Amino acid sequence: MEERGTIMYVEDITVTFDGFQALKEVDFYVDHGELRALIGPNGAGKTTLLDVICGRARPDTGRVIFGQRTDLSKLEEHEITMLGIGRKFQTPTVFRNLTLIDNLTLALRYRRDVMATLFGVLNRSHTDKIYSTLQTLGLEQKAQNQAGALSHGEMQWLEIGMVMVQEPALFLLDEPVAGMTREEREKTGEILLDLAREHAVLVVEHDMEFVRQTAHRVTVLHEGRILCEGSVAHVQRDPRVVEVYLGRG
Amino acid sequence: MKHTSAWKEALLPGALLAAILVIALPLLNATGYVSDYYLNLFGKYLSLAVLAMGMSLIWGFSGILSLGQAIFFGIGAYCVGMYLMLESSGKGVYGEAIPDFMVWNQVTELPLYWKPFHSLPFAFIAALLVPVVVAVIIGFLTFRRRVGGTYFAILTQAMAFAAWLMFNRNEMNLGGTNGLTDFKTLLGYSLSEPSTQRGLYLCTAFLLVVSFFICRWLVGSKMGLVLTAVRDQEQRLRFLGYPVASYKIFIFAVAAALGGLAGALYVPQVGIITPSQIGVLPSLEIVVWVATGGRNSLIGAIIGAVGINAARSVLTASFPEWWPVILGGLFVAVVLFFPDGVVGIPGQCRRGVRRLRARLAGAPTRRPEPMPRPSEQPAPTVSRSDG
Repeated sequence: MEERGTIMYVEDITVTFDGFQALKEVDFYVDHGELRALIGPNGAGKTTLLDVICGRARPDTGRVIFGQRTDLSKLEEHEITMLGIGRKFQTPTVFRNLTLIDNLTLALRYRRDVMATLFGVLNRSHTDKIYSTLQTLGLEQKAQNQAGALSHGEMQWLEIGMVMVQEPALFLLDEPVAGMTREEREKTGEILLDLAREHAVLVVEHDMEFVRQTAHRVTVLHEGRILCEGSVAHVQRDPRVVEVYLGRG
Repeated sequence: MKHTSAWKEALLPGALLAAILVIALPLLNATGYVSDYYLNLFGKYLSLAVLAMGMSLIWGFSGILSLGQAIFFGIGAYCVGMYLMLESSGKGVYGEAIPDFMVWNQVTELPLYWKPFHSLPFAFIAALLVPVVVAVIIGFLTFRRRVGGTYFAILTQAMAFAAWLMFNRNEMNLGGTNGLTDFKTLLGYSLSEPSTQRGLYLCTAFLLVVSFFICRWLVGSKMGLVLTAVRDQEQRLRFLGYPVASYKIFIFAVAAALGGLAGALYVPQVGIITPSQIGVLPSLEIVVWVATGGRNSLIGAIIGAVGINAARSVLTASFPEWWPVILGGLFVAVVLFFPDGVVGIPGQCRRGVRRLRARLAGAPTRRPEPMPRPSEQPAPTVSRSDG
């Protein structure tokens, strides 16, 4: 994965919900191997932008190109996922009645068709992958527990782990540190920086300290438009950003 | 990991099932403890248990409430019924080579689609495959368009009604309201002979055990994980890259095949199939069996189907007019007090005792678990769109 350059082009995207324009003619690019933070006040369109990329919301205009030429706007959600786009949701979404191992087994990079699910056999490298991921997340003690019994922070990690074992080229993470303690946030930051060495990571986050700690570049959204883009320091100096977002604390 | 242990877990209940149904009951029959009449009756219940297992797969394990399972049962039953009709033709009062009801309807020549049903293998395979084809078509039209939950339940119920209307029509040449009956022989063996019925019982019990192992394998493999995920968190599964609709179509087709098999086994043992076993009410009854036995358990489905149908045989003999009330009351009671059905009662008792002990020990009464167990979630609302 020594590729460089742009992994995803979001061009001229407009999304309307019941007459409300959540995104207005947004142009947005993500590079290989970068950790990009997406920030902005509530209702700025951050989650909607992730939804458009992974196929959960359909844009009125514009297109999303992944890799060099794949147009995502015509594909179904599961097809987009299989191209290498993994999504973690805002509220941790795991299979609560299954164990951690089963959650990761389902997420593991493997053929997803019915036949493979019926007759496929997981080999040693698959199980190793699951255990090493559990170790990275510090959840190996709870491997056989039901996911529903995890704490909020642990559930967030499990879902991040589920995206990790999918081995996507682009991670979409919606508020990965919400509800975490300070130490948990730091640990999550390390995990994400580690991921960004080989993958592109796009993070929606409110926690500015976390963004400062991790993000290579920051994109600020406001009322469906991109307000500014650049390094954390650059963005924090921008008077418009200070006015709409940071200024309000 | 999961896969080897699933087999071991299935072995004990499967062996027990086989020991009781395939070995013990026929032995008791041979030694005279169980009469031929009851063995035949039990064979009928076991065929319905196959149908119930299909319902448990699709509803209990996958969270898809289908209110049209009797359609598949009916198709299977009619397929084998058509074969039996043709075997019996020429032996009736009219001595014609076509079924008697066609003579009444002034049909002189056997309709084209009846002709292959001269062969039992064809009839049996059709009993399995036609339901699968119908299920795949329904599934393709609904699941691909993300029709789920309550809408799917209503839609399948409407289809059950439509199927009932269709099979009632004389123009279908399937016997109309009277259905297919007055069967004489199967492969030349007289159906009124106890030995033939014993053979049919053995076939049914054996195929029930085989179906049980297949279902256990399905829910114990990675497929079982995917089905649980379909039930609990469909959206998450989709964003893990699974084509959710394909999985729903698959499990709907498996349930349909089990329904067709059930119908095929039912007809020669009972000797009649009419449209009244296809419609809305029979489909709803299947739901009651499975809910009563425990819808998250294959054994539960078997217990529910056999238990309720045995109760029906007993109770409809003494007070037939009360049966619908009893059945309805049972369903309400199960939903309110035994959400895990009969097989869930031991677990419920254990939890109750634990809570009681905790209270007696003076420990602060904690809420048991913050997490909803699958059976407590209303089944038709699984297609949540948040995430």
